Amino acid sequence: MTPRRSHDERGDEKGSRVGRSARWFDDRLGVARTGRTLLDKIFPNHWSFLLGEIALYSFVVLLATGVYLTFFFDASMAPTTYDGSYAPLQGVQVSQAYNSVLDLSFDVRAGLVMRQVHHWAALLFVAAIVVHVCRVFFTGAFRRPREINWVVGCTLLVLALGNGFAGYSLLDDQLSGTGIRIADSVILSIPVAGTWISSLLFGGDFPGTQIIPRLFILHVLLLPAAIVILLAVHLGILIRHKHTHFAGEGATEDNVVGERVWPTYAAKAGGVFFLTAALLCLLGGLFQINPVWLFGPFEVANVSSASQPDWYIGWLEGSLRLMPPWEITIFGYLIPNPFFPGVLLPGVTFMLLYAWPWIEARATKDYAPHHILDRPRDRPVRTALGVATLAFYVVLFAAGATDVLAVTFGLSVNRLVWTFRTLLLVLPVGAAIAANRLCHELRRRDGPAEPVAPVDDPEPAFSTR
Amino acid sequence: MADEVRAEGGDVADGVDEGGVDEGGAKEGGVDDRRDDGAGAPGDPTQVRGGQTAPAVAFLASIVAAIALAVVYSTGGQVQAEGVALAIALGGIGIGLVLWAKRFMPEGPDVESRGRIGSTPEDQQAFVKDFATGGATFGRRNFLTKLMLGAVGALGLAALFPIRSLGPRPGRGLKSTPYRDGVRLVTDTGDPIRPDDPGVGGVITAFPEGNVGDETAQTLLIRLLPGQLNPQPGREDWTVNNVVAYSKVCTHAGCPVGLFEAQRGELLCPCHQSTFDVLNGATPVFGPATRPLPQLPLGTDDDGNLIATGDFSGPIGPGFWDINK
Repeated sequence: MTPRRSHDERGDEKGSRVGRSARWFDDRLGVARTGRTLLDKIFPNHWSFLLGEIALYSFVVLLATGVYLTFFFDASMAPTTYDGSYAPLQGVQVSQAYNSVLDLSFDVRAGLVMRQVHHWAALLFVAAIVVHVCRVFFTGAFRRPREINWVVGCTLLVLALGNGFAGYSLLDDQLSGTGIRIADSVILSIPVAGTWISSLLFGGDFPGTQIIPRLFILHVLLLPAAIVILLAVHLGILIRHKHTHFAGEGATEDNVVGERVWPTYAAKAGGVFFLTAALLCLLGGLFQINPVWLFGPFEVANVSSASQPDWYIGWLEGSLRLMPPWEITIFGYLIPNPFFPGVLLPGVTFMLLYAWPWIEARATKDYAPHHILDRPRDRPVRTALGVATLAFYVVLFAAGATDVLAVTFGLSVNRLVWTFRTLLLVLPVGAAIAANRLCHELRRRDGPAEPVAPVDDPEPAFSTR
Repeated sequence: MADEVRAEGGDVADGVDEGGVDEGGAKEGGVDDRRDDGAGAPGDPTQVRGGQTAPAVAFLASIVAAIALAVVYSTGGQVQAEGVALAIALGGIGIGLVLWAKRFMPEGPDVESRGRIGSTPEDQQAFVKDFATGGATFGRRNFLTKLMLGAVGALGLAALFPIRSLGPRPGRGLKSTPYRDGVRLVTDTGDPIRPDDPGVGGVITAFPEGNVGDETAQTLLIRLLPGQLNPQPGREDWTVNNVVAYSKVCTHAGCPVGLFEAQRGELLCPCHQSTFDVLNGATPVFGPATRPLPQLPLGTDDDGNLIATGDFSGPIGPGFWDINK
């Protein structure tokens, strides 16, 4: 092979192997300068900055395990007879989808662990996003210039919720079938277009034979592709802006204080990836999740009591349960009850979430760029509003399990519902007052010497140099 | 904040100190000093904050676990063992990397200037000017521009039409079911039902003959005590042998209303706890449901089997926009 050596490498024999291959690529791409900038980038060090990373790494685990699952899952609602190794269901009429999940769980070696890791990773993915959103909210990291990335992040949350729901709806067990049916009822409640949307989505009436193949293509292609693209945008904007940091250690609005990407941050981030994956594998191996063989195949006239959705749908389940029996008729047309808790509430929730950077900027008249993060205590009003909002959704989440709570603690479901309805209105107010007090108390203890991060900027348009 | 991080780093180094090349003692103060005097160049030996035994053990554990995983798999697989082996294999690399970074890599703090994010006003103006100059071509050919937008719009609208193929016009299954006058009621195994098949206080799920498993037509047959039922006006002859029939599909969110409390004469939906008063036309008495469960008029055929004498008293299941039209 010696005669065919590329002339690019002439004279490079003295360089290291890395140096030689780096030069080979750079001669063709010209990225050395950009690459070096990336290696020398500074990432601030704070535990709360790991939350978004954990979401990212959970997504990587989701992709890896999910691809494996697609090799075995059959997204078809055609009937078949189960004859696999799980004895209690042998001879039972099931769908191809449910059949393939049972095969994957009992007859594919390493199939069950992959499936359970996938499910746990989905739970952690959404959880990490939610906590990450809270971090960004309470520290004011959404303020100028990061409003666009806030919007991208909110969209990622919506996509994660949607893809989670689509994913656990694919298995065609009794629990997921019930979930799809409730979702269809919520879709039907949409004024004017509801029945059309439902019919186009299901290819006719619920349940039909189309919904699982359609949810499948959403779950494995369209939504993940959207998530991948928006993740790239999210991280690209993050790199463009450079990460926010907390005050102290010489941190100013004009610099970033932290660790270099290469090697320290890269090693730590890589370590966190492996640790996240390890945690998920431990959960997936040791803690059974979504045992669809116990729920049985979906049959329209059946429902198991104490049906619970995945945790991140719990607030919607709770809002459906707590909604009083009201609905509106206009000119003979009906706006059914599930519209208000199932469409209006999430709609308002996400509109407010998306619009928050602009709402706050307008309320505080603070349009200046901020790279130093707030401590929550220094923004008592924002903190109180955030805590109140969290309290509201925690009550809804808990109300999604009224029947389970009633059975567990021997209480009356009706009384529980009324308790939660009351709590839904009272607890956020109480939580806001308590959070506000706590902020003021913490600031008082800090003493007057603690400076608040500067907010006003003489030249708002181009203040960073 | 930064103090917390540093303390944490110190703790980790302390906790797994193996007594190797431990120069700095990994005490918080020591780390602080090194940081403050600006030691941070890559490869600076004073940065070493612990031995290499612990990360080495972590990597070794990972290798052993990976081998164990292969053994577990090739001997038939076992989900808990697979999970634990995977966790150790991955976690070993993770712990090894983090310890490595904390002990042997430059710790910072390093400082980088943010630079400006927005372009200079001159650049912004230049962009707007260039864009406007190019865009003016469209403005000068106003007629063409409008036609082009029209063409794109028309194409966009036309492209929406294939979406219509995804499903039929809605409505058939929302407003009517396969029940007609004379259709026999059967169990989920297809057997005809006689009026005394449901025990008193008992419940049977029934379907119209030929449509077993039809989601819209699932029906609850409930046998009450004589005189227990207060028939709704006009429905006095809709029961046979005190058996009353209601749609099993909840009018709130469509779940099967599966739980019958015979003592209180109430049907409870397990999904959102809507409760219906069976003795009074299945009107909702608790929970989010707003409309009663539609009732099915019952009769018997010549063989004495239960039949429907018509369709349900109203649209079954959850509400929708034109349910009353």
